[in-house]
Amino acid sequence: MIEKDLVVIGGGPAGLSACKVALDAGMKVAVFERSFLLGGQLVKQTHKFFGSESQYARTRGIDIAKILIDELDNTDLEVFLNATVVGLYKDNVITVYQDNKYFKVKAKAIIIATGASEKFLAFENNDLPGIYGAGAVQTLMNIHGVLPGKEVVMVGSGNIGLIVSYQLIQAGVKVKALIEAAGKIGGYQVHASKLRRLGVDIITNTTVKRAVGDGKIEKIVTVKLDDSWNEIEGSEQEISCDALCISVGLSPMHMLLSMAEANMTYVGELGGLVPIKSCDYETSLAHVYACGDVTGIEEASSAMVEGKIAGLMAAKHAGFIHPDYEALENELNNQLCVLRQGPCGEKIRCGLKKVGEVYD
Amino acid sequence: MIKYVLEESGEDMRIDEHPILTFAKDKKIRFTFNGKEMFGYLGDTIAAALVDNGIMEFSKSVIHERPRGFYCAIGNCGSCNMTVNGVENVKTCLTLLEENMVVENELSEVIIND
Repeated sequence: MIEKDLVVIGGGPAGLSACKVALDAGMKVAVFERSFLLGGQLVKQTHKFFGSESQYARTRGIDIAKILIDELDNTDLEVFLNATVVGLYKDNVITVYQDNKYFKVKAKAIIIATGASEKFLAFENNDLPGIYGAGAVQTLMNIHGVLPGKEVVMVGSGNIGLIVSYQLIQAGVKVKALIEAAGKIGGYQVHASKLRRLGVDIITNTTVKRAVGDGKIEKIVTVKLDDSWNEIEGSEQEISCDALCISVGLSPMHMLLSMAEANMTYVGELGGLVPIKSCDYETSLAHVYACGDVTGIEEASSAMVEGKIAGLMAAKHAGFIHPDYEALENELNNQLCVLRQGPCGEKIRCGLKKVGEVYD
Repeated sequence: MIKYVLEESGEDMRIDEHPILTFAKDKKIRFTFNGKEMFGYLGDTIAAALVDNGIMEFSKSVIHERPRGFYCAIGNCGSCNMTVNGVENVKTCLTLLEENMVVENELSEVIIND
């Protein structure tokens, strides 16, 4: 069995940030990533980040991924790609599936940084080929340079729906409409205004009633919703399209933690089932830490800071004190306070309060 | 400003020019899908190459055999599972295309007895 000081599950912004800090603290670290490349979802994000300088504001997601990966060059980090962690056991052992084989790894500490998955939407024929998650479309066009269709309808006006619509237009796709069930746009106005200037019709109080097509999507039927979210009869409209993007939020990838029977709780504001964790980011499972979207849906900026804190704490409790421990701990917690302040951070503050993390 | 180039391999789904990104299309790769010869590029996942070749149906639902595309493209949903070089239930969205790969739809539920 392979033995390490620290195993990090997930090579996205949280996981890579955790690796860096733990390596600096002197740990022997291995990271396990399901995909064929590191960087998580940053590798498809062509937009420039908001936030502050310490989280690479004004830098594109794709370039942040490069920075995080470059920082790990010339370190002793052992990277396992195409490696899915399928088991997590209470004696700090994981089972990994790679290359059609299973193997086990034991560690002094384990950091879960598995991220999130895209939610789905219930409507008639929602399984027709051509109906994609917005993130899937981003992967297809921004990593592989392949378009999902020529005429697309986006469902959901959160930041992902708005940003991916813009990226579809950049790639040469016609965005026929963006529909939103709520009465107002969910994401930042600056993104919505950009789309409106490009002539995209943003239709609120409207949802998808059904998709229509023979073997693949050909059109959708939309319906208006009243203030109590009831369908308004007779308000159906058809929009033809060859792809439909669903962008209705994310939920934490909690499965490993749930499987190992960590204490979990459902918090709507955090996107779903999340682990209860100590202020050192340790879950109810001893020596198992969690950070990033798996502990609550937020942005990559905070995932990176959380990853660093998890790395710092996992190292400390395993007897590896980072040379700048105290300064880092203070600075990182301050960075999280700044990221979560103001009206945009209200939802996340409210969600975190329910798992005992208070920002007031 | 943005142009499409019709690929001889099938549909014209490749982005040719992009304001931010460039896509390396250095090495063409041959593969077969359900016995039909197709081409993709080095660096493509199997799923991306299939979409570029106009394939939208990746699997069928188990009970009603409804056609399914892929939903997530990052290994969560399982809708893109196919048999690749004889290995069943391969996630085509996470598997890079290799020369002469044999890719096949799984038209019924695959149960693996270990």
